[in-house]
Amino acid sequence: MIVALVFVVSYEMFVDSKQSRDMFGFGFIFSSNWNPVTEEFGALPFIFGTIVSSLLALILSLPVSIGVAVFLSEIAPKSVRTPFSFLIEILAAIPSIIYGFWGIFVFAPFMRATVQPFLQSTLGFLPFFQGVIYGTGLLTASFILAIMITPIISAITRDVLKAIPVSQREAAYALGATRWEAIKMALLNAKSGILGGAVLGLGRAIGETMAVTMVIGNKAQIKASLFEPAYSMASVIANEFAEASGSLHISSLIEVGLILFGVTFIINSLARLLIYSVTRKA
Amino acid sequence: MTGIETISGTPRNLARRKFVDKLMISLCVIAGIITILPLLYIFFFTTKSGLSSLNLDFFTQLPKPVGEEGGGMANAIVGSLILIGLGSIIGIPVGILAGIYVSEYSGSLTATLVKFTTDVLSGIPSIIIGIFAYGIIVLPMQRFSALAGGFALGILMIPTITKITEEMLRLVPQTLREASLALGVSRWKTTLFVVVKTASSGIITGILLAIARAAGETAPLLFTSFGNSFWQSSIDQPMAALPLQIFAYAISPYEDWHRQAWAGAFVLILLVFVVNLIVRYVTRNKFESSV
Amino acid sequence: MLHETSSNPLSDQQENPEDVSSIDIQDSEEHEKESKIAVQTECLSVFFNERPALKDINLKIRKNRVTAIIGPSGCGKSTFLRSLNLMHEMTPKSKVLGSIKIHGNDITESNAVDVRKNVGMVFQKPNPFPSMSIFENVVAGLRLNGNNKKSELEEIVERNLTHAGLWDEVKDRLKSPAVSLSGGQQQRLCIARTIAVNPEIILMDEPTSALDPISTAKIEELIYNFKDEYSIIIVTHNMQQAARVSDFTAFLYLGKLIEFSKTRRMFTNPRERLTEEYVTGKFG
Repeated sequence: MIVALVFVVSYEMFVDSKQSRDMFGFGFIFSSNWNPVTEEFGALPFIFGTIVSSLLALILSLPVSIGVAVFLSEIAPKSVRTPFSFLIEILAAIPSIIYGFWGIFVFAPFMRATVQPFLQSTLGFLPFFQGVIYGTGLLTASFILAIMITPIISAITRDVLKAIPVSQREAAYALGATRWEAIKMALLNAKSGILGGAVLGLGRAIGETMAVTMVIGNKAQIKASLFEPAYSMASVIANEFAEASGSLHISSLIEVGLILFGVTFIINSLARLLIYSVTRKA
Repeated sequence: MTGIETISGTPRNLARRKFVDKLMISLCVIAGIITILPLLYIFFFTTKSGLSSLNLDFFTQLPKPVGEEGGGMANAIVGSLILIGLGSIIGIPVGILAGIYVSEYSGSLTATLVKFTTDVLSGIPSIIIGIFAYGIIVLPMQRFSALAGGFALGILMIPTITKITEEMLRLVPQTLREASLALGVSRWKTTLFVVVKTASSGIITGILLAIARAAGETAPLLFTSFGNSFWQSSIDQPMAALPLQIFAYAISPYEDWHRQAWAGAFVLILLVFVVNLIVRYVTRNKFESSV
Repeated sequence: MLHETSSNPLSDQQENPEDVSSIDIQDSEEHEKESKIAVQTECLSVFFNERPALKDINLKIRKNRVTAIIGPSGCGKSTFLRSLNLMHEMTPKSKVLGSIKIHGNDITESNAVDVRKNVGMVFQKPNPFPSMSIFENVVAGLRLNGNNKKSELEEIVERNLTHAGLWDEVKDRLKSPAVSLSGGQQQRLCIARTIAVNPEIILMDEPTSALDPISTAKIEELIYNFKDEYSIIIVTHNMQQAARVSDFTAFLYLGKLIEFSKTRRMFTNPRERLTEEYVTGKFG
């Protein structure tokens, strides 16, 4: 039944996006022109926004996530571990709308006032950190996404670390390794599982809708600067779907959804296979 | 460097290794703190802004037009309850059945396939499920409706419930299944009245988690349930929902609406917190009393 | 510490596999003419994953007697027991060859549910249903098969708990959860649960190995008292227990039946050298 569901979902979206696919063909993916008034639709800005914000979020989140996982599984005493992992669970359970809300009212102003001017003054020679500072935009969205996917990646990293037998660590200690060296060895052994967790986090970031919609700035453009507002696939669907006028507009939005679905489907399958391959061995 | 030195480490090498060790361990601790900070901040801020705007009106009044003070989100709260109810009707039975199937018939190819698909489904963006509900229910009905919203929420609840049901059933010792079968009880009765019953508290926590998650879902409701500023109890009509209302108010330019949105956010966060606390409590009991 | 001659006992057996059982049957028939057959296996072999766990077991188990199955771990005694109520079906990729006749009817092709109503089973570890009370545990088998008359069930609970020697200890707290009982009490509760379904044969898979000596003694007493009503087959790794409670003993080794005779004879004057070495503790 659930298997069938996934097929029905993809079929439904495939059929509903027919009009747009017939109209624009593959050019849909490569055109950066999105104009509902003239009925011209190209998805490139959204694909760009999604990829950049998600990858950036992953880069920001991965080291922190691994650190948290190591902290939870290897370093923290039990009395700290239990409440701490509870808090991380909560972090994963907070609705994305609240992240977005907090993002516009608390985090974006903080970015505008502190982080972005700092980046501009120190790294301003790079094209990524130039231009007008809005507060909202790609970088802010990436930060929020990073916060949101950290619990996911760290939970999976912790699980795969747990699957590595204690004896391995003891063997490392017995050879005179320091604590970090022993941990490093465990991490290396678990790397495909951690990669799986990272890919899973990436998938989540790509599909995240509400929080991104609220902080990314919602402007269909491709700019080098991370301070500039951008748009993501999920956000454009969220913003325009309910009030889309023409059937071509709806169809195009569904095609964006189809791309999003395809990408997240592949990414999630990949992630699961990676994670299975590690945890099953244990 | 001679061989002996490489094994035991020269003094300087050792000092460097110890320094790296200390550094990395502290970095991990810092990572932990960095992760918790936003959570505490969100918690603190939502509570501060939410509590001050939270009053009886919030739970009993309809939204007021712009400019008028006061008003509440009563319709949105009721709407959320109805939507979750509809979602539960779809999500709970399907989720539990799938979980039973995956756990009790594991090893077969279909069970593996179902498990894999469920895992993948849990990673599909909720907005995609929204489009799906739109195509299947909104388009044929030519109208946004609570039914479509509930349907979307139901699908989103399935993976969570399936996953937890499966895990909880796996905790039920094999000897209990055998004991029941040895009494001449059929397989399905054994599964339902012995195995599932033994795991019921765990399964209920899964349902709670799924409900908490569905309660905060916004994206799939945008173009299914759509939202509504008035009382609406018939499920073939557009219906308000708490997260939708928060979204609408949050992106509005009005100070008063922002306050209301914070109050809504506070209610949602409280729900998530309480449910997770219950789940922690129940599952901890489960593991300690190794049934 | 096997002797040179017996270090490869199976090859000896394989040459004339019928010998053992045929002598046994004659031997049993000499002494027990009055008793009927409860279970008879013919050429019973059980395979897991195409690997044989039991090979060609021919055995006649008498009615209203206690039959003990002994042998070193991994010899197939549990497998044998579990095949008698088709519990091996729980293990994926298992296969049974040969026939198992219970009171003359071959059950290998029967519906497992019907077979198990007639052939009860008590397990190694007490396994009461944790979600049910003491009362509910006793009647679980009946209730799940549709009997729900309250007055009848109350009577059944009292009768079977009394029978299992547990009534006096629990009659004031029938509503409390079954897991609140001690291990020995739980095992007797499981026995009450088993006999409540009215089986004719009871299989016991090392029923006392998880219990203390006092609880063990109580269970053994039950087994002794049950003889009039049930045919009991008990797997045990404890030879003293086999000697104490059983009338007949079967010795299994590496999936084969080595010897089957009256318990007294088995422990005093075994026919096979391998049996002698096992019962005198030379191996196993």
